[in-house]
Amino acid sequence: MTIRRKAFIAGAYEHPGRELPDRSIAQIHAEVALGALADAGLTLADVDGYFTGGDAPGLGGLAMADYLGLAVRYMDSSDMGGSVYLSHVGHAAAAIATGKCSVALITLGGRPRTTALRAPGQLMGAPPEAAFEPVFGMNVSAVYALAAARHIHEYGTTSEQLAEIKVAASLHAQHNERALLRKVVTVEDVVNSPMVSSPLHRLDCCVVTDGGGALVLVNEDIAKSLDRHCVAVLGHGEAIEHTKGGWQDVTVTGGVRSGRDAFEEAGVSRSNIDYVGLYDSFTITVLLALEDLGFCDKGEGGKFVLGGTLQAPFGKLPFNTDGGSLCNNHPANRGGMTKMIEAVRQLRGEAHSAVQVPDCEIALAHGTGGWLSTRMGNATVILGREDA
Amino acid sequence: MTTGAELPAPVPEVQPETAAFWEATSRGVLLVQRCTACGTSVWYPRFLCSNCHSSELKQVEASGRATVYSFTLTTRGILEYKDCGPYVLALVELEEGPKMLTNIVECDPETLSIGQSVQVVFHDTGAGSALPRFRPAA
Repeated sequence: MTIRRKAFIAGAYEHPGRELPDRSIAQIHAEVALGALADAGLTLADVDGYFTGGDAPGLGGLAMADYLGLAVRYMDSSDMGGSVYLSHVGHAAAAIATGKCSVALITLGGRPRTTALRAPGQLMGAPPEAAFEPVFGMNVSAVYALAAARHIHEYGTTSEQLAEIKVAASLHAQHNERALLRKVVTVEDVVNSPMVSSPLHRLDCCVVTDGGGALVLVNEDIAKSLDRHCVAVLGHGEAIEHTKGGWQDVTVTGGVRSGRDAFEEAGVSRSNIDYVGLYDSFTITVLLALEDLGFCDKGEGGKFVLGGTLQAPFGKLPFNTDGGSLCNNHPANRGGMTKMIEAVRQLRGEAHSAVQVPDCEIALAHGTGGWLSTRMGNATVILGREDA
Repeated sequence: MTTGAELPAPVPEVQPETAAFWEATSRGVLLVQRCTACGTSVWYPRFLCSNCHSSELKQVEASGRATVYSFTLTTRGILEYKDCGPYVLALVELEEGPKMLTNIVECDPETLSIGQSVQVVFHDTGAGSALPRFRPAA
């Protein structure tokens, strides 16, 4: 049993806004739903499967299904942080493959830039680690910094190597008129920017923006009936990593397992990948993903990114050609959705001409949600051009 | 730089399964659970062993000695730490094995290093518990 080529991405839409003070979060979800469905040539009335994460207002997907007027026969409101939309692609493809639904809608929306973000996962009370982490001042950039500091210690990785990741993202973002940060930066700019949580500088961190995105997945019959060029889901994997009772290795993510499973299901190898969308909450998140997905050996990520490896269109492994979350956007503080959307653009040949990867046939999108060093949700999706 | 007793000491929410742990901290004792089935020491305290899933865990008095596994000088505190200035958040590896998230205090962050020996100190929360933090070992 496999999802390989059983489901097709027919619609993808990224909200154009980066500051949306006049929208409710529900309205942002609705706008991206309409955008993705219009891209597919479908309507809300066609949707029978709905997938959303913890950014959706209300209990699970109930409130948004009501708000959107969906006739849903399959719903998944699972959450693992900002990577969950990649997980949802796998879940939607499995639901389509088994006939549980035929048109699956995935939505993301949020306003962390212009309003206080509702804390996800707090509905049912504080989590069990609450008395052992926040009391010590645990914060997001700090736990990512702990992984970076340990990687530097074990492997000799440098801040300059991490900065190469931001440089590549900024080179791409200059072509994206909607990107929050379009200025091209240098390695020196990154390492001379203020320290946020050592060894991570301000420019090692992603942006904070409002916005959202949506995807529409359909079964093969519907894909064939649409005028739109669709993208095949070839494989998916996901993995949760956590502290293991205090025995974690903070330099390793669940990408080792989610990547292995996705490659196995897709039946492709690392050398087949033309483009990668990697959730870039911080530069270190990208470095660990490159290693754990097997594009280079553990500890070699710092050397791997040198020499323009990640720079489109001609680098060895072009990544995040929209500028990613390091430069473009980070709706709802969740970066998995936009990694999928840009991967779909690449496979459709619809990325900006300056960063379109020539003859892009196979792409990988990958996310690390939650927190490095403590607990994270990883998901990997491998996509193929419809005719590839 | 906030590296001493002026660091906030938020009151932890005590659960039935963590009451013994927090009571011990008020006496200056760091307890670590050890699984009697597989022998693994576990952090943070909980109902079952995250290694073998046995619920036969016993409380063991930890030595209080640890080494720095990783650390960061962070400027982005939230909640009680929002306005306290930069502080060191660290993962330390306890002598008993598991790593715990904590703070390194009474130190110069510029000279702190991974692998350095540290010793537990307790900061009273004023509510019948104390936060186990670490300072460089003498």
